[in-house]
Amino acid sequence: MAERHPTSDFVVIGGGIVGASIAYGLAKSGEKVLLLDEGDVAFRAARGNLGNVWVQGKGATSHAYADLTRNAANRWGGFAAALQEETGIDLHFRRPGAFYICFSEEELERRSGMMASINEHATVRSEFETVGPEELRRRLPEIGPEIAGATYCPDDGTANPLFLLRALIKAAAGFGATYLPRRKVVSLCRDGEGICIETEAGTFHAGRVVLAAGLGNGKLAPQLGMTAPVRPVRGQIMVTEKVRKFLDFGTNFIRQTVEGGCVFGESSEEAGFDEGTTLSVLRETARRAVTAFPLLRDARVVRAWGALRIMTPDGVPVYQQAPGAGNVFLITVHSGVTLAPFHAGEMAVALRQNRLDPDRYLPFSPERFNVQAA
Amino acid sequence: MFRPLDDKGGKAVAIEIEGRSQIVPAASNLAAALLSAGFSPFRTTPAGAAPRQPYCMMGVCFDCLVEIDGLPNRQACLETVREGMHVRRQQGAAAIGEKGKAR
Ligand SMILES: Cc1cc2nc3c(=O)[nH]c(=O)nc-3n(C[C@H](O)[C@H](O)[C@H](O)COP(=O)(O)OP(=O)(O)OC[C@H]3O[C@@H](n4cnc5c(N)ncnc54)[C@H](O)[C@@H]3O)c2cc1C
Ligand code: FES
Repeated sequence: MAERHPTSDFVVIGGGIVGASIAYGLAKSGEKVLLLDEGDVAFRAARGNLGNVWVQGKGATSHAYADLTRNAANRWGGFAAALQEETGIDLHFRRPGAFYICFSEEELERRSGMMASINEHATVRSEFETVGPEELRRRLPEIGPEIAGATYCPDDGTANPLFLLRALIKAAAGFGATYLPRRKVVSLCRDGEGICIETEAGTFHAGRVVLAAGLGNGKLAPQLGMTAPVRPVRGQIMVTEKVRKFLDFGTNFIRQTVEGGCVFGESSEEAGFDEGTTLSVLRETARRAVTAFPLLRDARVVRAWGALRIMTPDGVPVYQQAPGAGNVFLITVHSGVTLAPFHAGEMAVALRQNRLDPDRYLPFSPERFNVQAA
Repeated sequence: MFRPLDDKGGKAVAIEIEGRSQIVPAASNLAAALLSAGFSPFRTTPAGAAPRQPYCMMGVCFDCLVEIDGLPNRQACLETVREGMHVRRQQGAAAIGEKGKAR
């Protein structure tokens, strides 16, 4: 039997890190929020990612995105502390800075050039260093002899993404939000002033809707006259047994957790909606990890998985308010861990004001994809 | 605390537990053999150094980790005893690499 729920001010569709961040931000500022999530069969990047709060190299094609990322990373410490106070959950957030490991001199040179050019355009400062092989060995004693160097950025950090998701949902509920899993939204339509939301278990009514369903946005957005240009890009990740601490910094593709396990992965594959793992990619990933840190040869991998990134054509977030009635918002990003403080903070404020300032959000409008390719 | 169901004196092998020789039934499950020998704890946790003993006995919980013949983090419940096997308690996280081996 379909259950009927009273109208909520805000319904956030999608309980991944993005949707939960927004629900948390809205609930914390007093809004009545309903968070609808699909069940365990859903594609859920929030449960399969690497957990880097990553700044360096972000925004190579969009200085607005570089600024957004830098601001969010700068707020991560306070954000994690607040969540811990509200939920008792320690997110294991650390910000010792991170190294992007380069396997050849050409790669190091290219990378430094790219980082320097981002810094010419970004308005929020973030320094970086180009670290040669000797200096790198001094700072990362376990680095392999074949590594050519790294770029180091002190603004990068890491967190436990599973604790983050749990804390966000718990904190949102603590501020009065309702979280309902196993409520896949099957159809959306305008209903007078509001929106009618039909799920696989009940129909709901909303004053305002936030589409934060990750890859699910692709099907949901068109039902309300919007487009979410997203495609899945697979990453395969492995985690080792817990080993004694050897890596005090973050890196672009290997992170040692507080408990000691090493999580690593870096593949970017066009594999459609296939979340599986493949021997060839796992083998190559492991080979590169062992080249970077030869002692990993002794560590056993205890689990491997695939997860699908939610990718826009240019990798830059899409933030859009529906034209006209304006009570529908579309949010599609890749780096949801990094941007969590932004979604819970500034984005929640904009949603409450029912206005994505066109000046601020123009760089993130999907209109940019409508420009004809030259 | 534990008593074998069948102790009619089949074949036995000698293994070494923390440097001490111990006679155990041949082809027995290592975790079971260690439990019968009163070995406790099997390991301590990396995060809080809390003591752990086998819990599931079927390869799922990883609470039975021990060091076998110098290799850390082996699941005792998935191993069969071998003559001359050296078993040590797994203390916290395993040390890997040269520094770990030099220990
Ligand atoms: C391999 C990999 C590595 C990554 N590494 C990092 C990293 O190091 N740092 C970082 O910042 N980011 C990283 N990311 C990205 C990060 O995981 C995502 O940005 C983050 O998960 C937030 O995504 P999301 O909430 O939009 O989507 P998801 O986590 O995919 O959540 C979408 C949610 O919507 C729900 N849903 C879908 N359709 C419907 C529907 N019709 N009705 C109701 N609910 C629906 C699903 O159940 C799901 O819970 C990585 C991603 C991958 C795949
Ligand atoms: S007792 Fe659970 S894995 Fe061995």
